[in-house]
Amino acid sequence: MNFFHRHRALVPYLLLLPGLAWLALFFVVPMYYLGYTSLQAGDLFSGYTFAWAWDNYSDAFTLYRGHFIRSLEYAGVATLAAFLISYPLAYWIAFRGGRWKNFLLLLVIAPFFVTYLIRTLAWKTILADQGFVVDALRTLHLVGEDGRLLATTTAVVAGITYNFLPFMALPLYVSLEQIDKRLIEAAQDLYASRVKAFLRVTFPLSLPGVFAGTLLTFIPAAGDFINAELLGTPRQLMIGNVIQSQFKEVANYPQAAALSFVLMAGIVIAVLLYARAVGSERVTAGTAA
Amino acid sequence: MSIAAEQLPAPRRFDLSARAVAAARHHLLTLFAILALVYLLLPIAVVVAFSFNDPVGRFNFTWGSFTLDNWANPFGFPDLRGAVVLSLEIAALSSIAATILGTLIALALVRYHFRGRGATNLLIFLPMASPEIVMGSSLLTLFLNYSIPLGFATILIAHIMFNISYVVVTVRARLAGHDRHLEEAAMDLFATPWATFYRVTLPLIAPGVLAAGLLAFALSVDDFVITYLVSGSDQTFPLFVWGAARVAVPPQINVIGTMVFAAALVLMFLNIAFQWRRSPKGAA
Repeated sequence: MNFFHRHRALVPYLLLLPGLAWLALFFVVPMYYLGYTSLQAGDLFSGYTFAWAWDNYSDAFTLYRGHFIRSLEYAGVATLAAFLISYPLAYWIAFRGGRWKNFLLLLVIAPFFVTYLIRTLAWKTILADQGFVVDALRTLHLVGEDGRLLATTTAVVAGITYNFLPFMALPLYVSLEQIDKRLIEAAQDLYASRVKAFLRVTFPLSLPGVFAGTLLTFIPAAGDFINAELLGTPRQLMIGNVIQSQFKEVANYPQAAALSFVLMAGIVIAVLLYARAVGSERVTAGTAA
Repeated sequence: MSIAAEQLPAPRRFDLSARAVAAARHHLLTLFAILALVYLLLPIAVVVAFSFNDPVGRFNFTWGSFTLDNWANPFGFPDLRGAVVLSLEIAALSSIAATILGTLIALALVRYHFRGRGATNLLIFLPMASPEIVMGSSLLTLFLNYSIPLGFATILIAHIMFNISYVVVTVRARLAGHDRHLEEAAMDLFATPWATFYRVTLPLIAPGVLAAGLLAFALSVDDFVITYLVSGSDQTFPLFVWGAARVAVPPQINVIGTMVFAAALVLMFLNIAFQWRRSPKGAA
């Protein structure tokens, strides 16, 4: 016991050591091996060896450019859609929820309680060619007689939007809920219209939640491959699909590693640009909340 | 607020039509919010409903007829039981390990001043901000380069890794609200550091630790992407669903999915009730 009194300065490091060592060993070190593997050459039977094989990267950009662009497009559209759906919802819960707030919040995160793959399969049921949604759209002539939803870009983007929506809604709710209601009342007392009070007071104060929600939605969406696989066709394949098939089906590990590295670098650059545009403190403040 | 006076609109007269518009907008917002909730909950309703389906073919995608057979025989499909058991084992072990490691980090972050706090926070934040596919593929390259056989151990390693950050964040949020003077008082009253931890700190953080453990368990049960990359030939429940989605989707998948959903819901309600009882407002 006296050990702790005498070496009090050491205590925090002893507390940190096991957990941080685990993260260093199985999160940081693997990043090095991802880079190392991405420069290997060879084949599965004779083995892959390190060879400064930069062609894995040039292949990543030439062969799979379309997949990268598609991933960023789908993730961008899904993030925007999730924002447009979540903001009014989060606003409504934060300002009109009253004593039902916790219950309504539970409904928002309820999809997380159903296994990711199962809820995506449920969309397959909902959007099926014989399903009620397609029936309704056909009756309303919004799609043609042989029109379909499943196996389309719309289905994939809708699936991504759905699966990551709570990641958008929760930070939005947290930042809206924290707003001092008196500030909005003050704006209205000073003759700001409701719209103006929202645009000049409420929305700016909710920006940390907007930034956090955008990142938490966009990052997993850009790497997703489940929605494209289950709800799309080969024409909707994203970079995540290519990476998983290069690892698990083709077993071309260097190519898969290079693609993964490019995806990570692309996301890091996008996040840094985003943080620079809106201010890094706002981004981290929102994520911490 | 930094709204300058000259930017404010000129005072306006109150008129009835503006009130009517406001009322309509009020209800429009409510209507929109309800539609958004329907969108969020519809797939869950489908999952539960189709657990009672007697499908026509191998795929449980279109409604055949109502049956209770799937519920009477939830594991009546080859390999399903093994996958569920593996998922529960991994979730139990990884959530316990991650809860211990993460709670220690959270204690250090909230209770001590030390050099390297910024780097620690960054290391906690990064795994939560990285795409799963990148974490999974980098772990896989590590295992491949050292020829480590893929299976139970590699899945467990990965799950502990991605759970630690979530535990730290959850426990830290709980700890930050507490008065560290309580611990100093215990020390002043000659409690040993261990007794202080056991008698003062642990009871204070117990709800946070429990919540973190449950969150870790849930994240582990649900994880697909990382597990898929580092699993080798072992199958957790989500991997079983993935494999099944290509050849046959038995309704038993919906039964297990509904069970997981119900269990999570019950735990959430217990957690809310627990907090409600502990809070002074609810104790009345």
